[in-house]
Amino acid sequence: MRNNHLGTAPGSKFERWGPLLTIAGALLLWEGCSRTDLITSTFFPAPSTIFAVIMGLLLDGQIATHAGVTLARVLAGFTLGGGAGLILGLAMGASPRLHAQIDPLVALVHPTPKIAALPLILVIFGIGEAPKLVLAALGAFFPILISTVAGVQQIPPTYFEVARSYGAGPLNLFRRVVWPGSLPFLFTGARLAINVALVLTIAAELVVGQSGLGQRTWFAWQTMRIPEVYAWLAVTSVAGATLSFLLGGLAKICMPWEHIRAVKRR
Amino acid sequence: MRFECQELCKSFDSSHSEISALDRVSFAADDHEFVSIVGPSGCGKTTLLKLIAGLIEPTAGRVQMSNGALRGRPRSAFVFQDHGLFPWMTVLDNVAFGLEMQGVAQGERLERARAFVERVGLGQFADHYPHQLSTGMQQRVGIVRAFVTEPPLLLMDEPFGALDPQTRRVLQGELLRLWGEHRNLVVFVTHDIDEAVRLSDRVLVMTGRPGSICDTIDIPLERPRDLASREPAEVSEIKWRIWKQLEREVRASLAIAR
Ligand SMILES: Nc1ncnc2c1ncn2[C@@H]1O[C@H](COP(=O)(O)OP(=O)(O)OP(=O)(O)O)[C@@H](O)[C@H]1O
Ligand SMILES: [Mg+2]
Repeated sequence: MRNNHLGTAPGSKFERWGPLLTIAGALLLWEGCSRTDLITSTFFPAPSTIFAVIMGLLLDGQIATHAGVTLARVLAGFTLGGGAGLILGLAMGASPRLHAQIDPLVALVHPTPKIAALPLILVIFGIGEAPKLVLAALGAFFPILISTVAGVQQIPPTYFEVARSYGAGPLNLFRRVVWPGSLPFLFTGARLAINVALVLTIAAELVVGQSGLGQRTWFAWQTMRIPEVYAWLAVTSVAGATLSFLLGGLAKICMPWEHIRAVKRR
Repeated sequence: MRFECQELCKSFDSSHSEISALDRVSFAADDHEFVSIVGPSGCGKTTLLKLIAGLIEPTAGRVQMSNGALRGRPRSAFVFQDHGLFPWMTVLDNVAFGLEMQGVAQGERLERARAFVERVGLGQFADHYPHQLSTGMQQRVGIVRAFVTEPPLLLMDEPFGALDPQTRRVLQGELLRLWGEHRNLVVFVTHDIDEAVRLSDRVLVMTGRPGSICDTIDIPLERPRDLASREPAEVSEIKWRIWKQLEREVRASLAIAR
């Protein structure tokens, strides 16, 4: 059984509630400092103030509208870019020749911060939905591509031999070996990718457009409504956490063997 | 079903040089025969099995298969040295894999797989994943995965390699029992002389790398065999003979002078 340095066993009360206590403590400290103007409440409004603003935005439907818009953009970009990365990644994983052909290009392009391409993308794709989609897709493409290639390549050759020895053809090799064998890597890539897609979508919204969490945050700042800036930030981080959480749930469903292994490791 | 290896050679290209793993291996094996292969580590036993299975191609020579009236390559099943169970499939799905590849319908293949899983005492673990089993249990799954396809040719690469002597003994018994029912042609690689002699009709001894066959010994034991019975004196004689050959080859391959 794993023990941390405090010697508390996993699943103990402390381990379960500890993190919440930390968060609650930090919020309380912030509240106190802000109320007493120990920190400037104009720039650091009290959590209770921010919470009130969030409730207001929630009740008049703004959060649902703009979170919906942003999440739709993120998912569209993720699907488009991730799908392309997945297909190319599987092909590159399967074919060493294709890998040798394309990998240098990937190594060159991937490290460039995609956000730097935004002006260029705006010139090419105008200022509608297209540039946001392209930017998010571009961001999702590389993490998925790279993790898919790694996922396919790390499958021990024995599994291919086993499958071939029982007469598996290309389709069955893919279905029964390549796909499940690379799935854990794929999900790791997907979690990175969806986060990058979210960051880039928000960034694009800050600059162009009339809707979305990024645009709302920017607008609140422009009109100097600082508590609202915090409110939208909080909503954005909840949106990101939700996406990550959903992917984690999906991973559990798709890879029951990994899930069981993770539980066993605890 | 019978097959014949004719002057099989296999070399591998490594970054520096060419490594010759097998050098002109010739032998034949007949229907219903249980043949064991012993030899020093690295002499090409696994390579030989893979050549017979058609998983890799020989550099020279060939494997001649004859399968009665059937055309094409006869089906063979391979039990891998490290069992090779798919970590993403349950025990039952792993065992049913061969049947799945043959296109047997899901209901039927699971039923047949379950019967075999139960035969080796793993019924309770049918829905577990391989990493939830002990090494010995995994080996058993690896073996029944091959048996369930009822292959005319069964190739086993040190299937009991990682086991303690007691478990090993029990599983040898289980293997003989299973084989007694199916009587397929088995080629069985092992490091264990005792195991080779107790299980097989014939033992082939290989030289160190590049491997070739330096001796063939018929085992004059009755079938069905009882592993628990005391062995006749002639068997000790045979074991001694194999041991002397092997010792020479192992010493040579480790470059240790006597
Ligand atoms: N895919 C490969 N590429 C390069 N060399 C290989 C490959 N497979 C095997 N060899 C070489 O061929 C030789 C024989 O290997 P093999 O695995 O057949 O030995 P083995 O008799 O099964 O050994 P062990 O008893 O340890 O399992 C070894 O020297 C090994 O280095
Ligand atoms: Mg071997």
